[in-house]
Amino acid sequence: MRVQADDTGSDVPAGGGQPGAKPAAREPSSPVVTVPLPDRDLRLDLFRGIALWLIFLDHIPTNIVSWLTIRNYGFSDATEIFIFISGYTAAFVCGRAMLERGFVVSAARILKRAWQIYVAHIFLFVIYVAEIAYVTASFENPLFAEEMNALDFLKTPDVTIIQALLLKFKPANMDVLPLYIVLLLLFPPILWTLLRSATAALAISVLIYALTWEFGWNIPSYPSGHWWFNPFAWQLLFVFGAWCALGGATRLTGVLRSRITLWIAISYLLFAGAIILTWYFPRSAFLVPRWLSEWMYPIDKVNLDVLRFAHFLALAAVTVHFVPRTWPALKSPWLKPAIVCGQHSLEVFCLGVFLAFAAHFMMVEIYSGVLMQVAVSLAGILIMIATASLISWYKKIEGRGSGTPKRSPDADLAGGEA
Amino acid sequence: MKTYAAALLAVILCTAGARAQAADACAVPGYLLFGDSTLNRAARVVAKEKTLKIVVVGTASSVLPGQDGVSNAYPARLEAALKRRLPSVAITVVSRTKPRQSAAEMSETLEKLLLDEKPNLVIWQSGTFDAMRGIDPEGFRASVADGVETLQTGGADVVLMNMQYSPRTESVIALNPYADNMRWVAREREVPLFDRLAIMRHWYDTGAIDLYAATKDVGTAKRVHDCIGRALASLIIDAAHLESFEGKAPQ
Repeated sequence: MRVQADDTGSDVPAGGGQPGAKPAAREPSSPVVTVPLPDRDLRLDLFRGIALWLIFLDHIPTNIVSWLTIRNYGFSDATEIFIFISGYTAAFVCGRAMLERGFVVSAARILKRAWQIYVAHIFLFVIYVAEIAYVTASFENPLFAEEMNALDFLKTPDVTIIQALLLKFKPANMDVLPLYIVLLLLFPPILWTLLRSATAALAISVLIYALTWEFGWNIPSYPSGHWWFNPFAWQLLFVFGAWCALGGATRLTGVLRSRITLWIAISYLLFAGAIILTWYFPRSAFLVPRWLSEWMYPIDKVNLDVLRFAHFLALAAVTVHFVPRTWPALKSPWLKPAIVCGQHSLEVFCLGVFLAFAAHFMMVEIYSGVLMQVAVSLAGILIMIATASLISWYKKIEGRGSGTPKRSPDADLAGGEA
Repeated sequence: MKTYAAALLAVILCTAGARAQAADACAVPGYLLFGDSTLNRAARVVAKEKTLKIVVVGTASSVLPGQDGVSNAYPARLEAALKRRLPSVAITVVSRTKPRQSAAEMSETLEKLLLDEKPNLVIWQSGTFDAMRGIDPEGFRASVADGVETLQTGGADVVLMNMQYSPRTESVIALNPYADNMRWVAREREVPLFDRLAIMRHWYDTGAIDLYAATKDVGTAKRVHDCIGRALASLIIDAAHLESFEGKAPQ
């Protein structure tokens, strides 16, 4: 693999400064595996928190503040960050549980988590239907006669609700949680393999990704088409995150420290930013040579295009370079809000989806100008922070109440805050 | 990070600049309207025969309801605008629209359309119905690309037109993948794209037209269609290099 080659090729010794980094997991003969599980990396929470904010901002229709989000400056968007970090934390948390409690117990916990997310998804679906039904009930405008047909699903609740329960009918912006559910359902065997041979698990994941592209595997949707986030393709990012958590990141240290990697990553980010700019200005299309655009387009989000994946890797490489694990600001109160949101990702994610509906509702009912867009964006993020802090506080008092204060931070994670 | 900041600044400045120059309520900034794909077949016909036959293929967002719906919808407004600006050219615009058609269904009718109408230029409006049905974006792209190829092989130029900007239903229909794919087909096949989505959004953002309003009144709809017709005429004149015919009265 590229990883191995660069490991030896770079001038910084691989795994330098990370004693005991090479996991015993590479020895297939040892049944009991010890995986390096360091303390929780606050950067994960920080960037997942920020990703949750960005997803919220992108989900508000017509939002000037969403010009700040990364999807406008490169190929990948906050979803990649969210899925990668979710894979990382899932492996981090459940990997330890699987080593300590065995396969059955940790698999049961992972499936319980999948069930929780399913329930959350259906809850959001109900809110979505309520919002849409209200916003459009009184709406009439001859200009948008065609678009109003999109609400036909409200006329056939019998079909719509069943298809929603089957995760086949997914309204716009409600695709991430179903993806997450499928990824968690597949996760126990993946984790089992990762703990035995991380490289093999990653190889299988890459193979499935490649076969998906070759044979067009996906899950069907209602009323037609397929899943927006193809789980067979997006699993690559999730498994890659898990692989990084279970020693992969340490193995990549050499690559990540290399100046060459940094410059390649920065050039790629600049390239992607320039390409995206030509989308907004048709006259600048000539700047992109024909051979390049033929090779590059379409950039497929459904199947996690390689360009998107690479863009995420470049972002991650640059981020890791400038934000070290020991970055003092991680402890500062200024970053605390994002970190808290990242630590309660499921709740905050769901809240974000709801708040985006609410923002849309306010804009329809009251005023939809720029001031309102800024106001609902800020208010939404503040509500997300407040709720995350409240959940933290609840977990803290409950942890104390049970008389096992030591378990409280882990209980947070053991729920698979994945 | 600095890059992003700089890029963001550039975008903000451009938008701000565009905002400042919006004197005519439905003026469209050049960067949204004009690209570098050309309409060579249409240009040749105009130069040689002083005629231009345009067919609009589309769905329900290319028509307006009511008795005078046809004359108020953008195909008729386009015809009026072109006739006004190119008086020496015999312009005909035919509207061949049908509600609830996917790009794939429309693509199949194009061969017959070429035989029946013999157009020099086809305005192909698509995307909304595919987005509402959740048709695979990849399949959508292939259908649009096939259709454009059929038209070009049949001797017609093509202008692609994407969806309307509809803020009320924005959280119900995921338009972006379809808009992106139309943009890519336009690039690949070197045909102009009339970015109705971005243009209407621009009108809305600048406060020129309130697209949020719930109203039975056709007034706003008429205005939007008139603006679209005029902007489309500008795009065609620019892409077919017909500036030299502007304003000349017929002999």
